[in-house]
Parts: sequence; structure tokens; C-alpha cells
Amino acid sequence: MSLLQVQNLRVEFPTRRGTLVALDDVSFEIAPGEVLGVVGESGAGKSMTGAAIIGLLEPPGRIAGGQVRLEGRRIDNLPYEELRRIRGRQIGAIFQDPLTTLNPLYTVGDQLAETMTTHLPIGPAEAKKRAVEWLELVGIPAAAQRVDSYPHEFSGGMRQRVVIALALCAEPKLVVADEPTTALDVSIQAQVIALLKNLAREKGTAMMLVTHDMGVIAETADRVAVMYAGRIIEIGAVREVVKNAAHPYSAGLMGSIPPISHRVERLQAIEGAMPRLSAIPPGCPYNPRCPFVFDRCRVERPELMPAKANRAACWLYAPEEAQRLQESGLA
Amino acid sequence: MFSFIVSRLLQALPVMLVVSFISFAMFAYVGDPVAIMLGQDFTEAQRQALVRELGLDKPFFVQFMTFLGNAIQGEFGLSYRLSRPVAELIAERAPATLELALCAAVIAMAVGVPMGVYTGLYRNSWLSRFFLTFSLIGVSLPTFLIGILLILVFSVWLGWLPSFGRGDVVRLGWWSTGLLTWSGLKALILPAITLGLFQLTLIMRLVRSEMMEVLRTDYIKFARARGLPNRAVHFGHALKNTLVPVITIAGLQLGAIIAFAIVTETVFQWPGMGLLFIQSVGAADIPVMAAYLMMIAAVFVSINLIVDLLYYAVDPRLRIGRGRGH
Ligand SMILES: Nc1ncnc2c1ncn2[C@@H]1O[C@H](COP(=O)(O)OP(=O)(O)OP(=O)(O)O)[C@@H](O)[C@H]1O
Ligand code: SF4
Ligand SMILES: [Mg+2]
Repeated sequence: MSLLQVQNLRVEFPTRRGTLVALDDVSFEIAPGEVLGVVGESGAGKSMTGAAIIGLLEPPGRIAGGQVRLEGRRIDNLPYEELRRIRGRQIGAIFQDPLTTLNPLYTVGDQLAETMTTHLPIGPAEAKKRAVEWLELVGIPAAAQRVDSYPHEFSGGMRQRVVIALALCAEPKLVVADEPTTALDVSIQAQVIALLKNLAREKGTAMMLVTHDMGVIAETADRVAVMYAGRIIEIGAVREVVKNAAHPYSAGLMGSIPPISHRVERLQAIEGAMPRLSAIPPGCPYNPRCPFVFDRCRVERPELMPAKANRAACWLYAPEEAQRLQESGLA
Repeated sequence: MFSFIVSRLLQALPVMLVVSFISFAMFAYVGDPVAIMLGQDFTEAQRQALVRELGLDKPFFVQFMTFLGNAIQGEFGLSYRLSRPVAELIAERAPATLELALCAAVIAMAVGVPMGVYTGLYRNSWLSRFFLTFSLIGVSLPTFLIGILLILVFSVWLGWLPSFGRGDVVRLGWWSTGLLTWSGLKALILPAITLGLFQLTLIMRLVRSEMMEVLRTDYIKFARARGLPNRAVHFGHALKNTLVPVITIAGLQLGAIIAFAIVTETVFQWPGMGLLFIQSVGAADIPVMAAYLMMIAAVFVSINLIVDLLYYAVDPRLRIGRGRGH
């Protein structure tokens, strides 16, 4: 059975000028120990998906439809207090900017110990001992001394290691890592990703890894989901999506450019911008930018359907459009 | 730590010097002390004697140094009005003002901080709206009016609490306290509320806006994402991060409470330093005014030092470069 099931998730933001739909019909699953990479342009809804899963959408944002299930148990409609017990204990979270995620007024050891005593049946002394062990595990040198240091006494990379320790210390089954290396120096990004990947593998922790970095996805993820305008438009095994993307958008994103046909001049840089939430076009949200757009795309919305080895939301892969798919050169 | 205190004390030195100079200048240039002390009938010989006795024939700088030396020993001469040593007068009045100010500050903090936390957490509840409206009144009504209204309601109409004076006091050495008698405590309530109300609303608004700011930060989101209970997130992680600005303002306000107790003391005929100061201004009693000025400056300087020490205790980032480094 899958560890996490997200089914038809819909997130809305009521605003003065009408309701914005930030996530629309998002469905995916993560198996125990699996790493799901999530990619997509800025504003696609990647962070929103993570926040909805851990129940920390910022008001007035709210889950307006669908379900989130953890080990089969519905968690999207739990009372705050019950969901709180799941956060940290069952689902850990890693945020983007390690310079702002740690409380400046508490030592890293205290923050680790507090998280562990909240969730695990251990006393302060044991928690302190484990805090040192966790710091060692994430590669903080001289952990026994550093455990009493404050966040400002660490470099950015070291702080993100501390954040990783904090996310994993109550031994959750799933970690939602939202661009864990974007804010870090390029030279240490690879180390931190490697650490995260190895720790997750060692502990058997599944991971939802949001990132802009295709290299990281290719190396770390088992499967990958591509998001666009609040929807998942393609999902599949990482090899297939990276090397042989089906959806025109992911194909452009991965740089796996189909042979230039008479209709497509260039696709390297995807032209245009993702629509704002208030102006998502009817039909396929990608249709204003898609080089293969045809009439149906402008009126009917495509669901995820089998496409190559993956599943993609694109009408080209509807059996009745096989002719068009041939002509597009995507097949 | 020790060097930190010493450096802060050294920084305070120029402030105290400037204030002493102003006090001294009051002595030297406001009114003619000799004329005030001699009264109407005197001989030239008497005048000369007094001038020598007061050291007024010495050069300006020497006079200032003498004044400073005396001030450090708490010597401010005799009050013109009461012909008693100024130090004695102040020591007599100080306990009343300090007790009043401290009670006002405690009320302001003990009520203002929880109200600020509540209104910061539950922005839209009707109780928050009530607190905010109430705080607007506290900010906009002048102190004397609040005092008079309280007297009207609780002393005149209801007759529950006295409208003036300090009640019975108990002597503990040179300190006279009203905190140990029933009538002393009753007499303290109205003036303390009057004096503390403005600070209370100020602290409430400050804590509220700081809380709202802090609750938006990533580390609070992360604390929630780690599944910490609300109590720990709100009162541990969030409130602690609002403390630095709250300590600053509270410290400054404590100084202000002591300095501006004048109005409250006048309304309630509270026998403190403020009342003494007002009476001294009326009588151009320069020594008392000068001593009061310097005392208030000393209070502000010490409060600032305490505030700095509290910063140091609360925020580890300020300890950079002392002890543990990067
Ligand atoms: N409070 C809010 N009110 C209305 N819309 C919001 C709010 N917060 C986010 N959004 C919108 O929701 C959409 C999804 O945002 P999200 O943060 O999930 O994007 P993202 O894919 O994580 O992008 P990035 O790569 O920049 O992190 C964006 O279009 C954003 O403008
Ligand atoms: S559905 Fe149409 S517009 Fe959308 S991606 Fe496929 S071809 Fe392009
Ligand atoms: Mg994001």
C-alpha cells in the first residue's frame, strides 16, 4: 500500500476578487521509502502541495476538495491537535532557507531535544544525547560542543544540515523537502542533497523533493511529477520523464526537444509565462504557450492519461488523436 | 560580561556629566541664591560671608567640580523652601514614588503582555476588538483626566478607595512602605492604575504587533511543521522573540513612569518626589530641582544598563565576539 495518497486535491484562496484555485485536481502517491521529485516553474503550486499535505496552508488558503491519506488514514480533515501529532512524527518538513528556519534564540541542541521530547517517549537527558548523535549523523563536526551553539554560529550549509536533523529526528516516514538547497551556496548543494538522500535511504524515509534542479531530480528521485498552473501535468519514473517526456511542457522543461518538425521552429526556451491563478485559460492550461495546440485544447481539459511510459495531461495522447501525435514529432 | 558592564557605565558617564552641568548651571544662573537665602535685611558683610561660604567667589570650573564632588556624595545643600538638607527630603519622598512607579509598571506588564499576546494570536475575536478599542481610550485620554474619572467613580460614587494620600505606612529602616498595610494598598490602587494605564496600552499594542510579525516568520512555521504544541510555539518560540523590543520599550517607559509621576502625584496628592518637585518649582527651590533632575537622569541611565543586560541575556546573537565565536 502506498504511504501517502493525494487524491483530487483542490486548494482555494478566497479573495476579494473571487476565489483563486491554487491547486486543481492534484493526485499522486508516494510508496514507503520512495523519493518523488516535484518540478515546475515558480508559482506552479509545488510548495502549496507540500503545505496542504502537512496541513499548514496559510489562511485564507484551504483545502476545498479531495483527500490526503497517510497509510490509508485520512489526514486532511483532522482536528488541528491530531494533525499536529502527525507533523514532525510521521511527516517531517524541510524548508528552503536555513537562515530563517531556525529559531535564533534557542541552541540547536534545545531545538532538536524539544522536537524529540514532543514526539518520542524519552526524557530530556536522552533527548540531549540523541541530539548530539543526530548532529554527528548530519555531519556537523565536533557535535558534542556544537550542540550548545546557536543557529547564528553556523554557516548556511551547516544550518541546513541542522534543519535536516530536525526534520528527521522524530523518525517520520515521509519528509517534504521544499527546495532544500536553493538558498545554499552552489558549491555545497551537492553535499547537502547527498546527505539527505543517504539519510532517507538509511532510515527508509520516503521523500517529496521539490526542486528546480533537474540534475538533483535525475540523481535522487525515483519518480517525478511535473506541475503547471496548480496541476500535475506529467508524472512517471524519473528516467522516462527526464529522457523521454511526453507532455510538451515537460519536454521543453527537460530540454528533451523533439525533432524539429515543419510546425515547430524552436522549443528550447519555453516561450511566454505561466498564467496567473486569476487567469488560467479554459481547457488545457498550457494551451497559450503550446506549439501543438489544437481546437480541443482550448475547450476541454485533459486529465492524466497514459502517455509513453508515463501519465500526462495532454490531448495528443488521447487514442483518437494518434494522427496528431505522429505529426507533432513527440511520439 | 564584566567588561560589557564597564563599557556601558563609561558610555553613561558623559550623559551624567551633561546633566550635572545643567543642574549646576541652574544653581549658578537661575535666581540669586544669596539673595534668596538672605531674605530682605542683610549687611554687606553678611553677604560677603555667605558668598564665601557657598564658594561663589571661586572660579567657575572650581565651583562646578565642588558641585560634582558634593553631588556624588549625595550633597545638594539645603532646600531654600524648607531649609532642610535636599538629600534628606528626597530620601523621604523617594519610596512613595518608587513604589507607585513599580506597581504601575508591574500592572502594565502583567496585564499588557498577556493582552498583547491574545490580540496578536486571535486577531479577529470580539475580545481582541474590545481590547483594542479600550487601548485607544488609554492612549488618547490624558493622565489627569483618567485619574479624575477614577476618583469620581471609585472614591466619590462607590466610596471604595481613597482619593488622595498614601494611607498608613510602615518604616523599614529609612524606607517607608505602604505595601504592608491595608490602607496603604488601597491608596495605591487608583494612582497605580492611572499611572500605568498608558504604558499598559502601549505594551499591549507593541506585543501585539511584534507577535503578528513573529508569527509570520519561517522559524514559527517550521516550529509548527515539527509538530510542537501551540503552547510551545506561541509562548516559547514566538513570545521570546518579541521580548527584545518589549524590554526596550518597557525599560524606557519605566523611566518615563518615574519621571512623569508628577501629574499622577499631583492629582492624588501622592507624597512622592513628583509632588516635591512641583512644590519646589513653585518656590524656585533650585537645590531640590537640581537634585531631582540628576536623580531622574541616574534612574534613566541605570534602567538603560539593565535593559542592555537583559538584551544580553535574551538574545544570543548580541553575544557574538564575546566568548564563543563563529
Ligand atoms: N496567500 C496567497 N494568496 C493567494 N495566492 C497565493 C498565496 N500564496 C501563494 N499563492 C499562489 O499560489 C500559487 C502557488 O504557489 P507556490 O508557492 O506553491 O509555488 P511554487 O511552485 O512553490 O513556486 P516557487 O518555485 O516559486 O517556490 C502561486 O501562483 C502563488 O501566487
Ligand atoms: S493538451 Fe493541447 S495545448 Fe495542452 S499540452 Fe497537449 S497539445 Fe498542448
Ligand atoms: Mg515554492
